[in-house]
Amino acid sequence: MTKRQTGRRQDATVRGIDRRAFLKLGAAGGAGTLAAACGWDGGNAIRPNLLAVSRINDWVGERVLFSPTRLARTYSPAERSPTLPSYFISATTPMLKDPRLWRLRVDGLVRQPLELSIEELMRMPRVTYTVKHHCVEGWSGIATWHGAPVSAVVEHCMPLATARYIEFVSFDAGYSNGWDLASALHPQTILAYGMNDNPLPPAHGAPLRLYSPIKLGYKLTKYLVSMTFTDRRPGGYWEDQGYPWFAGL
Amino acid sequence: MSDVPAPAPGPVRRHHWIVRLTHWATVVLLAGMIASGLQIYEAYARFGNRGGPYLPSPFNDAQFPAWSRMGGWLAGALNWHFALMWPLVACGLLYLSHLVASGEWRALLFRPRDVRGAIEMQKYYLGLRKEHPPQGKHNPLQKLAYTFIVLLGVLAVLTGLALYKPVQFGWLTWLFGGFQAARYWHFWTVWIFIAFTAVHVALVFLVDPRSLVAMVTGWYRGRFPSHD
Repeated sequence: MTKRQTGRRQDATVRGIDRRAFLKLGAAGGAGTLAAACGWDGGNAIRPNLLAVSRINDWVGERVLFSPTRLARTYSPAERSPTLPSYFISATTPMLKDPRLWRLRVDGLVRQPLELSIEELMRMPRVTYTVKHHCVEGWSGIATWHGAPVSAVVEHCMPLATARYIEFVSFDAGYSNGWDLASALHPQTILAYGMNDNPLPPAHGAPLRLYSPIKLGYKLTKYLVSMTFTDRRPGGYWEDQGYPWFAGL
Repeated sequence: MSDVPAPAPGPVRRHHWIVRLTHWATVVLLAGMIASGLQIYEAYARFGNRGGPYLPSPFNDAQFPAWSRMGGWLAGALNWHFALMWPLVACGLLYLSHLVASGEWRALLFRPRDVRGAIEMQKYYLGLRKEHPPQGKHNPLQKLAYTFIVLLGVLAVLTGLALYKPVQFGWLTWLFGGFQAARYWHFWTVWIFIAFTAVHVALVFLVDPRSLVAMVTGWYRGRFPSHD
């Protein structure tokens, strides 16, 4: 099952209900309506305000609570979870036709655009850690990841002073995420080509995925094809549907 | 404290407007937090890392009835939850600041010397004692309840922070026994809040319905005037 189907189905249900629920609110008014308005996501009148508050929460998360140096707790490989669920948007596991032709494109507001092969990424400093993965749904699991820190790529591509965000794009049905630069430069944010002492499996984003224990799972773009430095905040697949943008832990 | 309860000579001013405002605002906001929380819970209805073991809970894999959930889907519920948390915490802080600034905390904080009185009150409620023990603005059992509920609110906020930012507040998450255990305690605060509310409302109607009027208007003209 893909995450998208779940999201779509639930979203469709909501759209059907909320107009009715909204009318109920108008008719009844007051606190008792909270109970009557089952499944209520705020309706057309309130939903934009909830999203506005979500942007304030993003600001608090990014500017007040986030520390660029505080590290997520690490675990021993013995503590790994037996399984870690994997999600993708496409109907079947996204796979490259010819993995040898794959390159990570690094572009946008940079002095030096790059086209990086897996071998070139493997020659960069290697980070290995065993950390807890937090899904927005509430589950968590421990796994080991191997990769090159995003900060190492940043040293090579030299972003311009105007670059404030990075957009990570995948070949999984256009799935993408926007990141603030500070979170991307965190020492535990890596471009992972390995998982649990093996090459990254297709179910978890082969050949390359973004990984970091400081963000919720849906921010960790799998099946990477490009990272683009921008001065405007890029949206993202789930973020555009209402999930919190910053999603920092 | 030694006076015998007597009919009030007239209405007495019992609840400051800050107490009344924060009381009723909390009713609405907490209902919203619980309803959106139950919707969030549905996305992963158990406590433990993937593959188990899971913490013991009667609600494993439970789906709560649609009327009890708010937000429609996970993102909608999260946005409600993370929007309502601000006014709810603001209410709590405003209430506590008022208690401190007005000195009202003295009538509410349960202290060791209230233990004996609490036992006497319990005897009265169980029918082991005929006459209602003398009391101040609140009897010792009420003090126990209102002190407890503030502590429960603090626990709900702290476990919430441990879940919201388990890296930035990693020490807090660790204190609660890890991310999944923090979810577990956060979830249980809901049922304790609901149980408290059920008893609270039952006692208002069974023992002192006038106290409900007092929580709306601020004026009390019931059976238990303050002897403080």
